[in-house]
Amino acid sequence: MDNIAGSKSGLTWAVHISVALLVALWVFPTLGLFVSSFRTADQISSSGWWASLFPAEINEVYRAADPDTRVADGAMFVVSGNIFGEPGSKEVTVWGTSSREIDAYTAGDTADLGDGETITLQPNGDYEWRGNDDQISGRGQRMFVTAAAPPEFTLENYDTVLFTPGSGGGMAKAFFNTLTVTIPATIIPILIAAFAAYALAWMDFPGRALLIAAVVGLLVVPLQLALIPLLKLHLGIGIGKGYLGVWLAHTGFGLPLAIYLLRNYMVGLPKDIIENARVDGATDFQIFVRIILPLSFPALASFAIFQFLWTWNDLLVALVFLIDATGETTVMTKQIVELLGTRGGNWEILATAAFVSIAVPLAVFFMLQRYLVRGLLAGSVK
Amino acid sequence: MHPALQGLLTIVIGVGACVGYFYFANRLMDWAIFPARDVSAEQSKRRRIVGRIVIGVLIAAIIFEFLSLQVWGRFFLNTEGAEQSVRFTASLMGVIFFPLILLSWIGSFDLFGVSIPVGAILVIVGLIAYLAFIYVAAGWSFYRKGANPAGRNINRANQIRPWIFLFPAIFALGLYLAYPVVETLRLSFLDRDAGNAFVGLDNYKAMIGEQKFREALGNNMLWLIVVPAMSTGFGLLAAQLTDRIAWGNIAKSLIFMPMAISFVGAGVIWKLVYEARPEDVAQIGVINAILVGLGGEVQNWLQVPFWNNFFLMIVLIWIQTGFAMVILSAALRGIPEETVEAAIIDGAGPFQIFFKIKVPQIMPTIVVVWTTITLTVLKVFDIVFTMTNGQWNTQVLANYMYDKLFRAGDWGVGSAAAIIIMLLVTPILVWNVYNARKEMR
Repeated sequence: MDNIAGSKSGLTWAVHISVALLVALWVFPTLGLFVSSFRTADQISSSGWWASLFPAEINEVYRAADPDTRVADGAMFVVSGNIFGEPGSKEVTVWGTSSREIDAYTAGDTADLGDGETITLQPNGDYEWRGNDDQISGRGQRMFVTAAAPPEFTLENYDTVLFTPGSGGGMAKAFFNTLTVTIPATIIPILIAAFAAYALAWMDFPGRALLIAAVVGLLVVPLQLALIPLLKLHLGIGIGKGYLGVWLAHTGFGLPLAIYLLRNYMVGLPKDIIENARVDGATDFQIFVRIILPLSFPALASFAIFQFLWTWNDLLVALVFLIDATGETTVMTKQIVELLGTRGGNWEILATAAFVSIAVPLAVFFMLQRYLVRGLLAGSVK
Repeated sequence: MHPALQGLLTIVIGVGACVGYFYFANRLMDWAIFPARDVSAEQSKRRRIVGRIVIGVLIAAIIFEFLSLQVWGRFFLNTEGAEQSVRFTASLMGVIFFPLILLSWIGSFDLFGVSIPVGAILVIVGLIAYLAFIYVAAGWSFYRKGANPAGRNINRANQIRPWIFLFPAIFALGLYLAYPVVETLRLSFLDRDAGNAFVGLDNYKAMIGEQKFREALGNNMLWLIVVPAMSTGFGLLAAQLTDRIAWGNIAKSLIFMPMAISFVGAGVIWKLVYEARPEDVAQIGVINAILVGLGGEVQNWLQVPFWNNFFLMIVLIWIQTGFAMVILSAALRGIPEETVEAAIIDGAGPFQIFFKIKVPQIMPTIVVVWTTITLTVLKVFDIVFTMTNGQWNTQVLANYMYDKLFRAGDWGVGSAAAIIIMLLVTPILVWNVYNARKEMR
């Protein structure tokens, strides 16, 4: 629309480039975590994750096979094979036969070791070590190789983090714990809030405006205030620290947003439908279940996504209301914090654990983004 | 009991109880207490009896539950060795059977050596009075021979129904949000170590005297200025730029993506970005790698006093920008085209159009975004907890409070810190309520 007056191209390119830059800046950190979770500990500590996307230059030392495997070739003996085990897994660029000159020869050259002893190394790793009886004996000839390794990724970290107990593992268990917290904590507030929102939107009673104002006010009450009184309460009535407590807490904390979002949506539903249903003799309960609930599906979905993301990603509520001294009920966020403390340097474990925990929200996010955006636009007071 | 099974059971019972509550409460009213259709005297008598029995059972159940939790609960449930599942079932029963029992705990005072639970008694009395009112009203409405009993009944039912729909929500909001505000305020005047003695403002005084608190308050102010400004600014930029290009939606969803990532996950992600290694080995943190590549010296970014606050803030800005972008982008699209066209005809350049035509028109939305991010900033806990835990002068209020509550066990000062957070939130609360009321009129 800004182009109406004819100002074009130059600025358009600038826009494309700056958006690309912005997106790159925003995606880069997450990508780093994602890529790191597929690298081994050695790879992570030897180079930055961005390097792993390109062939890496590595320096390695190999030895030719044991001279016992030599074969006679006329008067000479030959030991041949491939330094990488199988040809072509890496590509040799330069190599040498002494540690002082590791780049003495390029791939495919034949090195002269004196007195007719030679060794040839091909780019794909095939070598041929040739010499007389004396020379081809003892230990295999050393080769100092500079090779380009193609990007290499592994799923090993996921195996360790998810299924190996003790060594930073246990994420599988934490994953299910998180799931156990999340699902009831998402469903129950929706149900309670839907009824309340209907009453606030379509029923007339004294004090309605006051109640709506109270809900708006409670939207912003920081949950930090609720920690001690509710923990005292839970301990006092015997719920203690556990799933029940965390479900109730999430229900309470999620309710204001739920009521607010759903009420705003329900108010906008067509009045005619509801009044017609009333005239036809439907009770409020019937109207609610048969008409309002199906029509409010988009709002219900967007709150469900919010609540899901919030409970899944939560650390504070779980720390206070759920996780007891036994640590049996630890959730993923807590597990990651613990890993940061105990294994702060092991990025392969940390990155993988973090990625396991953010994979589900990301999937939900990309699949249901439409509803999330709609909900944000409706409830941007919180 | 296996947690997954327990979860399933809770979903079934919780959902079942909710639906059952709403269904039966409405049914009871429409069928037994205030029949919406004309019924014969015989029928109405029968229904009245049913209605009375149900309400009577409810009252009995509440009294029973109250007594049993008072007696049985105090002696059995809190026993150390009480088995988990027994406790679970018992508490679940309490929750289903009327959550008010939770209130039985709210507070008590000693009267001639007997502990009297005030909150519980108030609630129980209130509830029984409420049910008794319906009970009496039920009989009353049947015996009155009006011109149109059915119509009158519908009106009566409609007066009560909203409260049936609202009851669980009001209860949960009251117990989980409203009551804690008051209780935290009360706790902030008490000293737990001295047997909950009233100490006036001593906790606040002690807190203000503490260097860590002043540091947290100062840092929070810094956060409050920087994060909302930067997030809103970047969000506005991203919204304006992505609206004008073909692949804008993809760009938007990528910038929006960090919203789905937990603060803890974001903490790990950015720790990797800031990672510092000794000079002689390869740098795996991208910032240090670039710095070394340019010939600079390795920095441990999270330990540089003062500036490390900004490195933590970047994490929250990174998360919140997407939120600001989505809302501002919708607002930008809502701007009437005529205003922009008129500006173009008058010869305004792109920057003038943006700053003089568009921004003023979306100002209210910018304010909403700004205050919303401000609220998030005030509550920020996980990022600091994960990345520095308040070391190297990066303490913030929420983390300070957590430290006091659960590490030092100092409930008084912890509650005082929570009240400070609440005070900082209050202007936004008032503003929101004011706006909401204005909108409704």
